[in-house]
Parts: sequence; structure tokens; C-alpha cells
Amino acid sequence: MAILEDKIREQIKTLFEALQNQVRIVNFTQEFECAFCRMTREMLEELGHLSEKITVEVYDFVRDAETVKRYAVDKIPATALVGEKDYGIRFYGVPAGYEFTSLIEGIIDVSRRKPNLSQDILTELGKVDRPVHIQVFVSPTCPYCMFAVRNAHRFAMASSFITADMVEVTEFPHLVVKYNVQSFPKIVINENHALPGLPTDTEFVRAILNAIAR
Amino acid sequence: MHVPGFILDTVSSEHSYPLDQNVLYDILILGGGPAAMSAAIYAARKMLNIAFVTVDFGGQIRETSEVENYLGFQSINAHDLIERFQQHVKSFRLPIGVGARVEAVFRNDGLFTAVMEDGLRYTAKTVIYATGARHRQLAVPGEKELIGRGVTYCSICDAPLYKDRKVMVVGGGNSAFTAALDLSRGNATIILVNNARGWQADAILQRQIRDYKKIEFLDLHEVVRIEGGDRVEGVTVRGRVTGEEKTVAVDGVFIEIGLLPNSDPVKNLVELNERGEVVVDCLCRTNIPGFFAAGDVTTIPHKQIIVAAGEGAKAALSAHDYLVQTSRL
Repeated sequence: MAILEDKIREQIKTLFEALQNQVRIVNFTQEFECAFCRMTREMLEELGHLSEKITVEVYDFVRDAETVKRYAVDKIPATALVGEKDYGIRFYGVPAGYEFTSLIEGIIDVSRRKPNLSQDILTELGKVDRPVHIQVFVSPTCPYCMFAVRNAHRFAMASSFITADMVEVTEFPHLVVKYNVQSFPKIVINENHALPGLPTDTEFVRAILNAIAR
Repeated sequence: MHVPGFILDTVSSEHSYPLDQNVLYDILILGGGPAAMSAAIYAARKMLNIAFVTVDFGGQIRETSEVENYLGFQSINAHDLIERFQQHVKSFRLPIGVGARVEAVFRNDGLFTAVMEDGLRYTAKTVIYATGARHRQLAVPGEKELIGRGVTYCSICDAPLYKDRKVMVVGGGNSAFTAALDLSRGNATIILVNNARGWQADAILQRQIRDYKKIEFLDLHEVVRIEGGDRVEGVTVRGRVTGEEKTVAVDGVFIEIGLLPNSDPVKNLVELNERGEVVVDCLCRTNIPGFFAAGDVTTIPHKQIIVAAGEGAKAALSAHDYLVQTSRL
């Protein structure tokens, strides 16, 4: 049975008509798939059939150790959106609920090869001069989380120093404890700088720059 | 985990008919909830030159799961309702700006200019101000310090974190009971606390939650402070009749005690009442000619989706009448 409803599928087809360049969706699962690994893979494979500009690659978290290492994936299900290069865009957990929108819009951004950000924000991101790892912890029912995920992924596209993960925490409950997640969205920058709630673009970039300030 | 399907919400963040700062619009609609969207539809049907600017689509509907009191729908998923609304708006191919909040609205030579947080400015002959409302805070010690650490205002966002845990919901109206229902789906132990006597929620919502075994009802109690260091550990409440205080150990506090109007951007422009709501008459007119307001940001007492939609329609028709009567079209 198809994962995506016909209505959604038709909407996506229309959106994907605007895809400009090839997008690789790189998915990590395992031989004995967890329920959400399977759901994620099947959903991505369905997306792959909606545009010739999309290819879906599926890797095994255990067997394909070299690829796992190359993409720095540490949990599954994991999904990377890759264009002419790996921008560092990751989804950990099934991109369901509102995060499905983050996935579709991420694909569109990657196909354009440039993020939809203002010049002011791009200028600020140009000041990032060392590695930044952004984790956005979300629940699929949170209607605001996708805006944080979208910005984190756009920032990753804009700066080669930034990598950005969506993390659906109900699939990774140990991370709720580790990162003290008590509301959504919660943004963690480089492990130890936390931003609760949904920041504006400017606040988000400022937090990144503060996190790497010498 | 409950997976709420796959939601495509692209209209919220991208739109193919951009706004133009160099155009003088007939109507500038500020807001993205049912009042603003209904206003857009009515104004578009008058073939007016409209600009629509909002942070997102749906307003407070985004924070609910099911809507059971909108005409024509016995029950509809909240996102589906927003999707229908925004597709309706989008069908008119309006210029839409999404993502930035309005910082201030000024009036100069009979024209209105809205300044957005991203620095963009839009000018129009009339404004329909429908920016809605946000959650009211308790204003007790511990609340501000523990926001995001167990103090929350969005049950649909955060209820999944409180599966099998003990939480307090503060409030006695529909929002509080809806939060309790969201939490009951995760088997949370709930204490519902209301400042007033009894409960103000619709009877049908009260009936839905009263069958839940793990809920305690505590009316005539006020929250004195929220306890905790790094995270919420408890809440101290005081009986309004007895004056007795007690501290209840909980992992989270969901605050659902009403709304604050998003009227700051126009506080120096139009008359507000003591609650900060924009004062409107029965035609959605404010004290400033050409400046109309609708929905939860106004003095209209019933904050309901269908009421807001009706008010939005009225505001658009009133704005059209104003443009015709003052020969501005």
C-alpha cells in the first residue's frame, strides 16, 4: 500500500516540476528494518518516482560502513539530501507530520543549489569560520518546528562549515534526556549551546555566531 | 508514537506571487488566521489590489488537532482546515508575503505603511489588521525561568514529551480541556487547575475528558509559583477559599489561560481597550478612518474560528465601502 495519499502525491508532482538540478536522497536503514526505518525508506522511494530529477539511494547501516562513515550517520532512520555536493542536511527519524514539508522544501532548495535566504543572513553566515553542528529536536505534530528545521538546513547549504540535523526525538528517547528536551522545537548548537523555541532568522544566526565566538 | 501522516505545508513558506514595495495597494491585510484569510477572499472578489502579509498561515488553528465547531464540518483535522482556507486564498493569485512579523504600522497623508521585521515596507490605502493573539502568561515566579524546561504553551507541540508522566494544565476553558485531551493520548497523569469556580469549556469537551481515569480536577485554585531549577519539579497552588497552599510534584505545566492580542505594532496608531485589544465597531472600523481590524486581536468577545472568519469578511466589505465612498479606487 502506498505511504503517500494520492492528493499529496499530486501536489508534490506539481512542486517537483520546478526542480532544476538532480537531487540525491541518501537513506540509511538496516536489513531488519525498524518500523520507522521502513516507513521512511518506502516514503522516500515513492518520492523518487515523482520526478526524474530525484534518485534515491538506500544503504545498510551495518553493512555499508564506509558510506555510513562518509555521511557521518550515527543513528537510523537517517536521510541526507545531496546536490552537487553533500551540504550536511540530515533528517534523523521519519520526516512525518509537518517535517514532511521540511523534506520537500529541502529537496527543492537542493535542486536550486542555493538556499532561499536574505542577503543580510548570508552575510552573517559568511562569518562562520569553523565547524558548526546544529541539531533541531522536533515532534511531528509540532507546527512550528519545521520553520526551525528549514532555517537550519538552509544555513547548512549557505555555509560549508555548518551541518544541520532534524531529529525526531520520540524515535530517539535517549536524546530527550541527553539534551534535556522539554519543549519543541529545541535547537542545540555544537552540543552545548541550546535555543528553546522558534528563533527568528537573525536570532538563529546570532546564536550560531555566539556559539563559535572565541 | 502516533505519526500524524505526511503534511505538506509549502504555502506557509513559499509563494510565487511576491509583494512589491513600490506598489500602492488598495488593501493591506496583516495576519494569517481565519479573519485575515476570509478578508482576503472577500477583498479579492471585489477585484481590489491586495497585499497579504503574515508570519504563517492558520494562526492559532495551527495549535489544535481537531476542529469540531466549524460550519460544514462535524470534525476536521486542523491542518486540513488550514489547507482548505489557504488553497482558497491562493486561488485568487494574490501577492503574499510569508515569514516576517509586522513591527509597526504608520499613517502618513492618509496612507498606511507597514514596516516588517525584515525591514521591508508595504504601503496601502487601507489596512485590515488581523494579527490574532498569543498565549497569556501566568506571571508567577518560576514561569519565565522555566519556559522550555517544562513550562509550555503548546500542547500539540509538547504533549508527546509527557507520555506516562505527571503534568498540570492551568485553565478552565476550551484550550485547557483540549490540552488535557492531547495529554491523555499519551497516558499522562493530569491535574487540571482553574482559578475560577467550575469549568468554562464546552460541555462536549468536558464530557470527552471526564471519562479519562488519570485526571484530577482542581477548581478555585490559583498557581502561586512554579518550582524547579533546571526543569519543572512542581507547582505550588493556593486554594482561593481556604487560602491553603500546597506543592504538587509534576514534570510539566501546560498554561492555557487565555490570550493576549498582538496589537503592539499599532498601539500608537489606533485605540486599544484595557486588555490591549483593538477597539472596533460592528463594521470592523477602528477610530482611524481606513484602518480596519478583525478577529482575535479586536474587542469582539468570542475568540472562535467561525467568528473570526465572519469578522474578516465584514472588514473586507467595510474596507471596500470606504474606498468607494472616499473615491480612492
